Amino acid sequence: MAILHLEHLAIDLQTAGRLRRVVHDVTFRLAEGEAVGLVGESGAGKSLTSRAVIRLLPDGARVHGAILMEGRSITDMSRESLRSYRLSEVAMIFQDPRAHVNPVRRVGDFLTEALVERGEDRKKALEIVTGLLATVGIEDAERRMRQYPHELSGGLLQRVMIAAALSISPKLLLADEPTTALDVTTQSDVMVHLDAQRRGRGLAMVFVTHDLELAIAVCDRIAVLYAGHLVEDSPAAHLHEKALHPYTRGLLASRPSPTLRRERLAAIPGRPLSGLEVQEGCVFCSRCAHAQERCQKERPVLRELGDARVACHRAEELLEGGRSGGADGAEFEVRVGDRG
Amino acid sequence: MADRPVGLREPGPPPALEVEHLVKVFPGPRSAGGFLAVDDVSFCVPQGRSLAVVGESGSGKTTLARMIVGLERPSAGRIAVAGSARSWRRVSSAERKRRAREVQIVFQDPYSSLDPRQSVRRCIEEALVLHFDLDRAGRTARVEELLEQVRLDRRHADSLPKRLSGGQRQRVAIARALACAPKVVICDEAVASLDVSIQAQVLNLMSDIRNETGVSYLFISHDLAVVRQVSDDIVVMRRGRIVEAGPADRVLDAPEHPYTRRLLAAIPRPGWRPAPSQEEVGTSS
Repeated sequence: MAILHLEHLAIDLQTAGRLRRVVHDVTFRLAEGEAVGLVGESGAGKSLTSRAVIRLLPDGARVHGAILMEGRSITDMSRESLRSYRLSEVAMIFQDPRAHVNPVRRVGDFLTEALVERGEDRKKALEIVTGLLATVGIEDAERRMRQYPHELSGGLLQRVMIAAALSISPKLLLADEPTTALDVTTQSDVMVHLDAQRRGRGLAMVFVTHDLELAIAVCDRIAVLYAGHLVEDSPAAHLHEKALHPYTRGLLASRPSPTLRRERLAAIPGRPLSGLEVQEGCVFCSRCAHAQERCQKERPVLRELGDARVACHRAEELLEGGRSGGADGAEFEVRVGDRG
Repeated sequence: MADRPVGLREPGPPPALEVEHLVKVFPGPRSAGGFLAVDDVSFCVPQGRSLAVVGESGSGKTTLARMIVGLERPSAGRIAVAGSARSWRRVSSAERKRRAREVQIVFQDPYSSLDPRQSVRRCIEEALVLHFDLDRAGRTARVEELLEQVRLDRRHADSLPKRLSGGQRQRVAIARALACAPKVVICDEAVASLDVSIQAQVLNLMSDIRNETGVSYLFISHDLAVVRQVSDDIVVMRRGRIVEAGPADRVLDAPEHPYTRRLLAAIPRPGWRPAPSQEEVGTSS
């Protein structure tokens, strides 16, 4: 059984007094110990999707479809079971650690909070978290635990957050842009620990990021979201050679490379649409160089293709074309700027 | 290495921007000597070229940009734009305007750098009114020319910023900077907060604008991949000092300083795995 199963997840949010659909259709299964990267641009719905898994949505939000954790519905959980679910099965790491830690309590209190709440003896709890700090590369654990969050750098505090997440021995880790606010060398330092601990403990992970290359490096699968729809779900290892959706290829091609200067970047025309702006047809067709009449009228359903899933009418055709045509994303139309 | 200005100083026109032995000390503790944010920085940007200052937080790159644009006063050193050195004595408002015309800046966050109550047209016109003696028709024509230059549709001219996306706002900020026909545009992390597909559009646009106008760029950035795409020369800064400088291809293909190598190694790319960056753990107290 999958540890996490999202089935036609849709999320409505209250905006200006009425409910509007922001996430439309997200379906995926996550096996035990597996890591999936939720990748997309602003408005894709990747953060909301991850927050729905721990039921941390804004007030008034409405969830449709199913979110199952080992078969149990998260949307139907009572207060009591939700509390125990959050204390023992799932943990979340956020982009800005400073916004998710109590600034007037010491690091040690923050770290042991969940364990003590769960009934662990305080001394035992301290022992556990001291060990955890060492596993995320924080050597002088005892001094750090006496400090306040403002005394720690961003990278160090994010590692404290990882230790806190691990302290409850969860089965599932949710990480929402955990290194986006950090310097690139600090990102590498933090990711090395997150990745090693996750693999070592066999934790499943939902890794939300805008950085496709980072996701490919630390995840088994990549789920690409666009305008509230899951448009591709592919093994991370093959994505560079075999991205199926034109949007995924566009994302890969538009990012500049540190090793190669291109004459021009293969920019995707237009701007990313949010789930609020979805019209009929394929959600990406207004920006797609391969869109045909069918794409404008009929929304493609997510379907299996080899070991991947894709929501594109022309996926097979384009895959064939890509094989004979050579470099990935090279057929992507290069336009000068956009006017959208 | 720190005192060797990068960028070829060729005979002919003076460089668009020249910075020599620039120092900035902020008052305050650190054993009462104050905090040395920029420490003996020199480089030069020839006309029509693009130089990137690369560094992580605390490298002093933003303080450097603020000094060049005149928002911060250097503790020591010299800044020259198109051959004329900046003095830090009181100057007339005409002189102040002349300087502003020469160096313009595009900030990181297009959501806070535009006046929310000002339409795109008024935002650009304001710069034109301040700096040029144009009649109404001349201004209207120039606004349209600038919008065309940043590939913004004419129908956006009367929009307020809230109706524009992040990428469109950043185009407005670039148009406003170009309105003064500056010698140098400083881009302080100008594409850092844009979505990747929009970032690519704006980077392409910036290189088109350089080809069309011959403007020089000073890119302030933490992102070596972006920097490779847009700059001819690179200066790598760390803790206020230049640790390495040279042509972009040389610095990125054969980095000499260990810090540059670490920065490069930390960028996710095909085949990349996270690895410790060998930073000493626990530098913050």
